[in-house]
Amino acid sequence: MSEIAGTRPALRWAVHASVLFLVVLWVVPTLGLFISSFRTADQIATSGWWRAIFPSEQNLTLRSAAPDTQVQENGLYVIEGNLFDAGTKARISKWGVSSREFDAFEPGQTAELRKGGTITVQANGDYRMENSEEFTGSRGTRVFVTAELPPEFTLDNYHKVLLAEDSTDSMAKAFFNTLTVTIPATIIPILVAAFAAYALAWMDFPGRALLIAAVVGLLVVPLQLALIPLLKFHLNIGIGKGYLGVWLAHTGFGLPLAIYLLRNYMAGLPRDLIENARVDGATEFQIFTKLILPLSFPALASFAIFQFLWTWNDLLVAKVFLIDASGETTVMTNRIVELLGTRGGNWEILATAAFVSIAVPLAVFFAMQKYLVRGLLAGSVK
Amino acid sequence: MHPAIQGLLTIAIGVSGCIGYFYLSNQVLDKILFPARGPNAGRNINRANMIRPWLFLFPALAALGLYLAYPVVETLRLSLTERVPGGGYEWVGLDNYAQMVAEPKFWEAIRNNMLWLIVVPALSTAFGLLVAQLTDRIRWGNIAKSLIFMPMAISFVGASVIWKLVYDTRPVEQDQIGMLNALYLFFGGSEPQNWLTIPLWNNFFLMIVLVWIQTGFAMVILSAALRGIPEETIEAAILDGASPFQIFFKIKVPQIKTTILVVWTTITITVLKVFDIVFAMTNGQWETQVLANYMFDKLFRANDWGVGSASAMVIMLLVTPILVWNVRNARKEME
Repeated sequence: MSEIAGTRPALRWAVHASVLFLVVLWVVPTLGLFISSFRTADQIATSGWWRAIFPSEQNLTLRSAAPDTQVQENGLYVIEGNLFDAGTKARISKWGVSSREFDAFEPGQTAELRKGGTITVQANGDYRMENSEEFTGSRGTRVFVTAELPPEFTLDNYHKVLLAEDSTDSMAKAFFNTLTVTIPATIIPILVAAFAAYALAWMDFPGRALLIAAVVGLLVVPLQLALIPLLKFHLNIGIGKGYLGVWLAHTGFGLPLAIYLLRNYMAGLPRDLIENARVDGATEFQIFTKLILPLSFPALASFAIFQFLWTWNDLLVAKVFLIDASGETTVMTNRIVELLGTRGGNWEILATAAFVSIAVPLAVFFAMQKYLVRGLLAGSVK
Repeated sequence: MHPAIQGLLTIAIGVSGCIGYFYLSNQVLDKILFPARGPNAGRNINRANMIRPWLFLFPALAALGLYLAYPVVETLRLSLTERVPGGGYEWVGLDNYAQMVAEPKFWEAIRNNMLWLIVVPALSTAFGLLVAQLTDRIRWGNIAKSLIFMPMAISFVGASVIWKLVYDTRPVEQDQIGMLNALYLFFGGSEPQNWLTIPLWNNFFLMIVLVWIQTGFAMVILSAALRGIPEETIEAAILDGASPFQIFFKIKVPQIKTTILVVWTTITITVLKVFDIVFAMTNGQWETQVLANYMFDKLFRANDWGVGSASAMVIMLLVTPILVWNVRNARKEME
């Protein structure tokens, strides 16, 4: 078939170009945060992240080694070394010896020092100071350079956010709390829903159609309505705010979608299979555990991904049912919102914290995209 | 006890509890209550089969009833009562609603929600459809789709941080680190703008975040729908000399109308519940309040359960038409 994107070359290029444009538009914001998380606070605050990928030209104030390192060569006092820290691969384009002259000399030229003697600076930062008299003072002389610095990235932010023991910026605890919320809140609703979905798909009883309709209705009930009544309920029965409460809440809120997805999938399984098993004398419980559950794996996986993403990314339910005044049970989303409030300008901490929390869902997303798409297609009410 | 161990223990208890419940209740039904032997074997089997569905359904129904159905009723009740100092409730009729509609913040939230309800579903669906169509026949289409779909996995809070960096503002004499301001100055803007504090416009900057997240969803569904269109209809149109644009708008779009509607309503529901983005980015300041955040404010900051519940009922009311429509469609499909 001749397709839209195939007939005319001009149109085809337009299609490729516009898709590329849209993809860039969609990816760049995330990329910006990602790159920022590998930059130091200074770098983030002084230049846009898009500059970080290219070498940047900067004016730097550097210092030679102190006079006590000087040696005597042929009657001259000499100090030699490199202006940059070991491992820095910068190239000096211009330099000078006063703060008003970053560009007085070319690399390789020699300048007179104010306090006597000369200095020669090479492009790679090597310098040689010579003087007929002894260099004095306790500190080295300052050199002002215009240098091209290679892109520089650091893992310090991640170290600070994930591993620092006493740091107020630590996300380690929140990370484990989030995991603690997420895993039971993903597994339990699956089990409960699977049994119910089987009953709704393959058992005959009065009121079945009504129940299915009710599940579809509950799919869209905003969970905002549930906050106060359930918090009151939890406080009354003594659960209070805590993990148990948040697990129960996530289970309740996840059930409509779980039942809906699983029922639709199970209803599509071949009827013969189930009836043959019944004729062979299998009990309903056996049919369910030995036949239906294994066959429904794709639907189970779809829902598991949804529920995982939703509970991992959730803020509202955790805020209402989990996080108490002590803050011991805080989750990552909540920590990030707190950081936004208190450290709104500290982009290195914010970006890194956000990326720590985003990384896990992204990994799940790229690994299990197939099931996610399948679930979306089955889950949007037709 | 360490929460991680507590978590593992809960998984173990929860899972074995679920399985134990289903297994044991079935055993009790088959072996003790209605054993399939003796003089009443036939009758017993029938009775057991009448009860069994409810055994399977019970935990789910209990959870659904308690966590979703009961709160709707209870919120309605709370919205009509006021907490009395010292405990207890007092019936106040529609006072909470009256108090709510007298607040300018409430109307600001309603106005903004209406803007969100128009802009976000429209843009997400349009972009989704555009990407679905454009990527349909190009070789790297799947990679492109996967990248545009990616924000779906990112939390609203994470997305807020991502976009806050895009909207960041530095004083005019410094280098801009926010992309939007950098572009704005590059294309001739006079001075950097505080995008999130410009009334009315800031709403759109918040909406962009949700559009960015939801486009992937729309794209996935619409892309599947586009592939489901019978080839013959398109071939016929090409033979008749239709242009690509005519094919798209006159042949393809009409055939996936229902799917577009489904996508639109699903995003509409997400929009009505949107809370995290506003909470994290502006917290309703600078006239960006929306209903869900207004409600959170009332419930947990002002501690006013009456007005909070009343605003929750407004959200419920806005969802109801979609709820009814969904239920009717589902019933039609089952017949």
